Amino acid sequence: MLLFQPLLDAKEPASDTAQLPVIMSSSGAGYDALYYFIYWFSVVFFVGIVGAMLYFVWKYRRQKGVKAAPTKDSTKLELTWTIIPFFMIIVMFHVSFDFYIHNAVASENALEVRVRGQRWNWSFQYPNGEGEGSVLYLPVNKPVKLVMSSSDVLHSFFIPAFRLKKDTVPGMYSQLAFTPTREGEAQVFCAEYCGAGEKPGSGGHYSMGAIIKVVSQAEYDKHMQEISGPGDKKPDEWGKELVQKSGCYTCHSVDGSAGTGPTYKGIFGRKENLSDGSSVDVDENYLRESILRPNAKVVKGFENGNMPPFVFTDAKLDAILAYLKTVK
Amino acid sequence: MATVASPHSGTAAPDPHASYLAQKGLASWLFTLDHKRIGVMYLVAVLVSFLLGGIMAILVRLELLTPGRTIMDATTYNHVFSLHGVIMVFLFIIPSIPAAMGNIMLPVQLGTIDVAFPKLNLASFYIYCFGACFGLYSMIHGGVDTGWTFYTPYSSKFSNSAVIPMIGAAFIMGFSSILTGVNFIATVHKMRAKGLTWRRLPLFCWALYATSIIQVLATPVLAITLLLLIFERVLHLGIFDPSMGGDPVLFEHFFWFYSHPAVYIMIVPAMGVVSEIICTFSRRAPFGYFFIAMSSLGLALLGFLVWGHHLFVAGMSEYSTMVFSALTFLVGIPSGVKIFNWIATLYKGSIDLRSPMLYGLGFIFLFTIGGLTGLFLAMLAVDVHLHDTYFVVAHFHYVMVGGTVIAFVGGLHYWWPKFTGKMYDEGKARIAFVLVFIGFNVTFMSQFILGSRGMPRRYYDYLPEFTTLHQVSTVGSWILGVGFIVMLVMFIESLASGKKATNNPWGSVALEWKTPSPLPLHNFLKVPVVTKGPYDYHLATEEELSED
Ligand code: HEC
Ligand SMILES: [Cu+2]
Ligand SMILES: [Cu+2]
Repeated sequence: MLLFQPLLDAKEPASDTAQLPVIMSSSGAGYDALYYFIYWFSVVFFVGIVGAMLYFVWKYRRQKGVKAAPTKDSTKLELTWTIIPFFMIIVMFHVSFDFYIHNAVASENALEVRVRGQRWNWSFQYPNGEGEGSVLYLPVNKPVKLVMSSSDVLHSFFIPAFRLKKDTVPGMYSQLAFTPTREGEAQVFCAEYCGAGEKPGSGGHYSMGAIIKVVSQAEYDKHMQEISGPGDKKPDEWGKELVQKSGCYTCHSVDGSAGTGPTYKGIFGRKENLSDGSSVDVDENYLRESILRPNAKVVKGFENGNMPPFVFTDAKLDAILAYLKTVK
Repeated sequence: MATVASPHSGTAAPDPHASYLAQKGLASWLFTLDHKRIGVMYLVAVLVSFLLGGIMAILVRLELLTPGRTIMDATTYNHVFSLHGVIMVFLFIIPSIPAAMGNIMLPVQLGTIDVAFPKLNLASFYIYCFGACFGLYSMIHGGVDTGWTFYTPYSSKFSNSAVIPMIGAAFIMGFSSILTGVNFIATVHKMRAKGLTWRRLPLFCWALYATSIIQVLATPVLAITLLLLIFERVLHLGIFDPSMGGDPVLFEHFFWFYSHPAVYIMIVPAMGVVSEIICTFSRRAPFGYFFIAMSSLGLALLGFLVWGHHLFVAGMSEYSTMVFSALTFLVGIPSGVKIFNWIATLYKGSIDLRSPMLYGLGFIFLFTIGGLTGLFLAMLAVDVHLHDTYFVVAHFHYVMVGGTVIAFVGGLHYWWPKFTGKMYDEGKARIAFVLVFIGFNVTFMSQFILGSRGMPRRYYDYLPEFTTLHQVSTVGSWILGVGFIVMLVMFIESLASGKKATNNPWGSVALEWKTPSPLPLHNFLKVPVVTKGPYDYHLATEEELSED
């Protein structure tokens, strides 16, 4: 499509326009060019149609003694306005599909990040196995491939600043490929309706957001270091930070009140009644299992809480357990 | 058809020349086999549904007036927008033009005494009511919070709301839709008056015919889909559950295989109404009659091949998306053909701007926007960003409300004198039109920008940057609401004290305007024989065009 090549190569503007937000990815500028192309095409068509309509309504308004002219059908005219739009849509289809396919393919050396949607938050896992929730760091100008899935219902990972969106489906992987081109924060939304919690403040589809922080390579590397080790923090401090970042507090309280899940207060060493009627003493192994495979043993009364399974390195699990022991 | 049942019940045979409204008493309505009375009952039912769905819409917009909580909590909001969708789609729009207006006008336009199967017709109405009762039951016992799309696995495993009765309601109402479709197809084939050849068939009949074909072919797919969903929810069969080897996306395919054609169940009859209005108020035969008629059938056919455009970002293969995108573009052609032909009909016409025509022209304006923004969504690359945002919400409201509802209301203004024998206050009708038109555009134009700037749909709360546009939209919904209230008042006044309508208040040459207003019991005083087309204004005598 030589004619439209400039459109696909468009680089500027990166700032936000009346109809579209700021662009932070490689495909954004081309997207906006395509969007405004179809926009102006529509404007011209609309003005033509409505203009003709209004003109005729005025010109041929009913007047005494003037009769409507008999209708003479014209097959030529009919074919004209069938065939010309036909070619127009072929062009439109072609340009748009080219662009779509061009952007659907991830480059070979892309940074591969796993994305998991669960009601009502997003969690991410970097190539080094480290994970975090609600915030995703990406290095600028480096191709990225997101491999995404969902733990419960359909969600959709939507980043307006990247002009990208893809549904996440339980039991299936979907992908997004792009290159962030601008440092800054990009808002992520969930675009596929996924319900809401019964209790006020427990979140829902509308609050299922995340932030993508596009940073320099150096900053990205620094962040990777930070999340993979305790730094100069004590184990239980690090554990507390991990619990906070992983969104555990949305379901678990530390003040003894029951949330979606049992409280952490005095959890270590207490006796827990399970939904199958048995009971268990809370020790390290039980806690470990409860976090990695929550459904293996379910606490009585919390059968519908649906705690999602989490992935942590051993070092992190140790830190979390160290923290849980301190909650009295 | 010798077997046509008499359209009236009761023991004493009423005078066939009297108005169809002459007989009094509840029983004369509930047990009637007269297509007009069944149509009127449908009309009342869909208007009540429209009122309910409209209240839900106002509540949704009100909640979105400010970020955070305005009047309700998130769960309630999810129920309200779901009910808005379910009610508007299944209880209002789908039966609105075909079952309510078509029921009354089709036999009259065909120059016959009733539909082919009057008892089936009454049955379809009661099935609709039965379905609506299930819907009501669901609303009282917890409502639904799944959206009108019932996507799995949310609807099958996660939602705590009364999903089953609501799905049951949609399932049952599907039968009513199928029966109406079958009835209309048979009626158009078998019951046309002498001399009413296919090429003289009014465009509204062509549209209803095309719609009926979709209803008969597509609705069973919905029925099966909903049945599977009920089984899934009750018995946990695992058809749509990935943890049992099922596939949630399969539901999306099934659902849209019906629900895209359903869009044409909604819009094609609307186009039929608009064709009638434009010809009558331009006093001119439609330009390209044959092409308008065939484009209805074209839309009906193409409608079956494009459901995949609802799944562009659902993880289909690139090749399927390509095929669906290409086919979706094709829909633009028959739609464009209609618009071009309507405009060409206006050319050298004798155009009168009374209220039905305002709605006819309003339709062209709004539907053109709805259609053109459809191109954005048909373009694969562009859809990726716009999918599931307010842009889509605005787009389908321009088609569904700007298209179908405007045409439905226009048709109501147009045929009101035939239905009731009364005229309405033209001044108030115009005020209502202006309010509805402005209110509608304010409500939904702002939503296009909300969407393209990244606001996802079905959100209870939103980022502060979206506040202004949301507020504009909410104010628009108030103007729209006031417009409909003025219209309601105007129609009620007309019923109570409207001037008596003449047989032909618009000076039309179509068959339905040659018989008394309100319609006589047997539709015509003597069996009509058709010798000209329904739009042959150039052959018309002064007397035929006379409005008194
Ligand atoms: C969606 C809500 C939710 C989130 C988020 C969540 N949990 Fe849970 N959690 C539950 C529920 C419900 C239970 C009880 C059912 C069970 O035992 O699986 C539970 C149980 C537990 C238990 C066992 C408690 C006991 O009293 O036996 C531990 C330990 C635990 N969660 C730790 C965590 C940690 C650590 C995180 C964050 C990394 C987390 N949970 C995040 C809902 C959640
Ligand atoms: Cu979600
Ligand atoms: Cu569709």
